[in-house]
Amino acid sequence: MAYKTIVVDDIDILVVGAGLSGTGAAWEARYWGQDKKIVIAEKANIYRSGAVAMGLYAINCYMGTRFGENNPEDHVRYARNDLMGMVREDLLFDMARHVDSTVHQFEEWGLPIMRDPETGTYQREGKWQIMIHGESYKPIVAMAAMKSADKVYNRICVTHLLMDEAKENRVAGAVGFNVRTGDFYVFRSKTVIVTAGGASMIYKPRSTGEGAGRVWYAPWSSGSAYGLLIQAGAKMTQMENRIVLARFKDGYGPVGAYFLHLKTYTQNGLGEEYESHWYDELKKMVGEYIDHHPVPTCLRNHALIREVLAGRGPIHMVTMHSFQDPHLEEVGWHNFLGMTVGQAVLWASTDLDPKCENPELTTSEPYVMGSHATACGAWCSGPEDVSPPEYFWGYNRMTTVHGLFGAGDACGGTPHAFSSGSFTEGRLAAKAACQYIDDGKAEGIVVSDRQIEELREKIYKPLENYKIWNNEVVAGDVNPTILYPKQGLIRMQKIMDEYCGGVSMQYMTNEKLLNIGLKKLAILREDMEMLAARDLHELLRCWELHHRVLTSEAVMHHTLFRKETRWPGYYYRGDHLYLDDENWHVLTVSRRDPKTGEWTMEKAPLYHIVGDVEEEYQKKKAAKS
Amino acid sequence: MPTFVYMTRCDGCGYCVDICPSDIMHIDTTWRRAYNIEPDMCWECYSCVKACPMHAIDVRGYADFCPLGHAVRVHRDEEEGIIAWRIKFRSGRIKDLVAPITTKPWGKYIPDLKQVPAPTKEQRESQLLFNEPKYIRLDDGDLYTLESQGLKMRQGVYY
Ligand SMILES: Cc1cc2nc3c(=O)[nH]c(=O)nc-3n(C[C@H](O)[C@H](O)[C@H](O)COP(=O)(O)OP(=O)(O)OC[C@H]3O[C@@H](n4cnc5c(N)ncnc54)[C@H](O)[C@@H]3O)c2cc1C
Ligand code: SF4
Ligand code: SF4
Repeated sequence: MAYKTIVVDDIDILVVGAGLSGTGAAWEARYWGQDKKIVIAEKANIYRSGAVAMGLYAINCYMGTRFGENNPEDHVRYARNDLMGMVREDLLFDMARHVDSTVHQFEEWGLPIMRDPETGTYQREGKWQIMIHGESYKPIVAMAAMKSADKVYNRICVTHLLMDEAKENRVAGAVGFNVRTGDFYVFRSKTVIVTAGGASMIYKPRSTGEGAGRVWYAPWSSGSAYGLLIQAGAKMTQMENRIVLARFKDGYGPVGAYFLHLKTYTQNGLGEEYESHWYDELKKMVGEYIDHHPVPTCLRNHALIREVLAGRGPIHMVTMHSFQDPHLEEVGWHNFLGMTVGQAVLWASTDLDPKCENPELTTSEPYVMGSHATACGAWCSGPEDVSPPEYFWGYNRMTTVHGLFGAGDACGGTPHAFSSGSFTEGRLAAKAACQYIDDGKAEGIVVSDRQIEELREKIYKPLENYKIWNNEVVAGDVNPTILYPKQGLIRMQKIMDEYCGGVSMQYMTNEKLLNIGLKKLAILREDMEMLAARDLHELLRCWELHHRVLTSEAVMHHTLFRKETRWPGYYYRGDHLYLDDENWHVLTVSRRDPKTGEWTMEKAPLYHIVGDVEEEYQKKKAAKS
Repeated sequence: MPTFVYMTRCDGCGYCVDICPSDIMHIDTTWRRAYNIEPDMCWECYSCVKACPMHAIDVRGYADFCPLGHAVRVHRDEEEGIIAWRIKFRSGRIKDLVAPITTKPWGKYIPDLKQVPAPTKEQRESQLLFNEPKYIRLDDGDLYTLESQGLKMRQGVYY
């Protein structure tokens, strides 16, 4: 093949994927490694890549300790409550104690953060969110990363990590191809920080046909963070904890500002409050968790889903009251234009004026990511001064593979980090990666030409497959021997939807279904040997599919392992319909053996931050019983 | 078809190709102008629309749920630091909105970390990041720890 091989040597820190966490990593790495070689490999263009390409209208994670608002431990309590207890509190505390310094720097760089005209504090949208004019959020953080990095390689789809052949379980860099030129890129690096983002399009979407790209998380969130880490044999955690979002129907416009700032609220088709209808049922399913404040997001989803199934849909967002105020109306529109333009397009096309009509809400297909209100990702070490022994193995945010770090969606157990928290996690990983190198942990890495050559062959195989088999048929996409990436994607989405609790199953699954699903995924992976790509764009889609399918496998295995329904409203194990704290107040951890493809599952203990608030609560509880 | 390109306005400069996060704006080899090669992988993120110097790109909402007869147009001005939107409803009604996109000249206030004084050994061994603890509260307070907050990590169910 005519494609060149381009070797980038002697890298100290390779950042794979420059979204919010990747830009944070590259930026901070320069400070702790002023003489180090820092390189970014990004599959799109760093100026507009990742989940924040469109911009954001809020920073969802800001403590405001400067204004005396919240302390880090308050945020830990909030996140663990929302996730029904299942979080890594060491990592969360660590993120929360640094996140404000990140946000203060954003403001200094020029990000417009709104201020409360009376108090001078940042304008709050809710307890944790602050409001920004963030159309250029991504270009601004991109400029910071570009200032720090020695080189940014745009349009490089990273497909695999390189592994050291001198020392077991140590990373050695990454490989990929240039989506424009087709050239093969080899990055030899002492450490790798994987910040390649979460996974959309794992499940069959509600939209059909042309609208398939109108997903909540970006269509380019290809699960590469998970695919790359799983392939390398890193342990993963909480992959069963996918998220279902209650959003404006079809457009998926965000609801945070609507609920918190604009004070809109929901009602059923009869114009009634409906969440209380499902209190008793939820009490039976999850016990006292339903009495927590605020009510965990999944439980509110449950009420919405059940109310619609009871025939009292649709659910409406009541905007007609608030939107009479012209200022609030304007905020409502800016909120979409700043981060989900498609919702404004939808309302324009349907002539919907939220002043005169209440728009519909619905629950989305599930998403697999780890920085929003959910916790999927790699099993990473915490910081030395916070983490208990089971959560600490030397370097902050290092996965179970030496020299391989994760941040943002890639790092598991850390929900509610959002954009600012992801950037902060990237910074933490970067400092730790520099320490790892300075401690001499990356000496003597060996990568043979054979490893590189084998990967090269693998990467381009879909182009070969097309060349060989395309002429078997007269014309068209239907071919008995090869599979196009879109066809594989749709098959995967159907399997996940029907066997692993997607929308068409109303999020229901059980052991039998999951076992069938796993078999079908295994066969899909066999067929993917025959993936075919007509051009480099389709080659990109092939590798995105590989990463998505590995992510799907992880979700299936984890869902099968956790024999309870921890998050009604996200998914249901029909054969274990109740929350079971006695057996399952633990984190789930998986590993796929890179040699055999076998998955093993284990439980990891859950540690909670305990302070006065908790001791008080325990005392009260003891007194009651 | 999410984004589409007006034939008479596009001059084939390729800015949209360069920016699209989904890699779906490509130049048509016959017409030498851009088009969306995979509309069902378009997020309507408007990155290409904002980047096009000719305002040649527009969006027609997804066919499976958007009726015809609407437009959401945008003009992003880096010099002025603003973005201007025009929403045209199916009924023909117009709504205009403007927002700031930055408060500073582009990139000027981002320090070069190669040039700042190197961190000390103590800083390296501490839990601090660049500009910390100063930037956490913009006062002299130190970083939060379990001890400073009177907290412990304990296994079990505690809330
Ligand atoms: C609609 C929406 C609204 C949101 N609203 C808010 C909000 O109001 N406030 C808030 O704080 N947060 C919000 N978030 C969440 C926030 O966007 C994410 O938490 C954050 O972007 C996650 O950062 P990340 O670095 O993990 O992933 P991303 O930012 O998605 O970055 C991943 C990067 O990796 C690259 N990449 C992927 N695969 C590869 C590969 N194979 N090779 C090379 N590069 C690759 C991608 O191109 C991308 O640049 C919102 C998200 C969405 C989608
Ligand atoms: S940016 Fe505009 S003018 Fe340039 S190729 Fe794209 S559509 Fe054409
Ligand atoms: S709107 Fe976004 S996803 Fe769609 S073509 Fe333009 S840049 Fe690409």
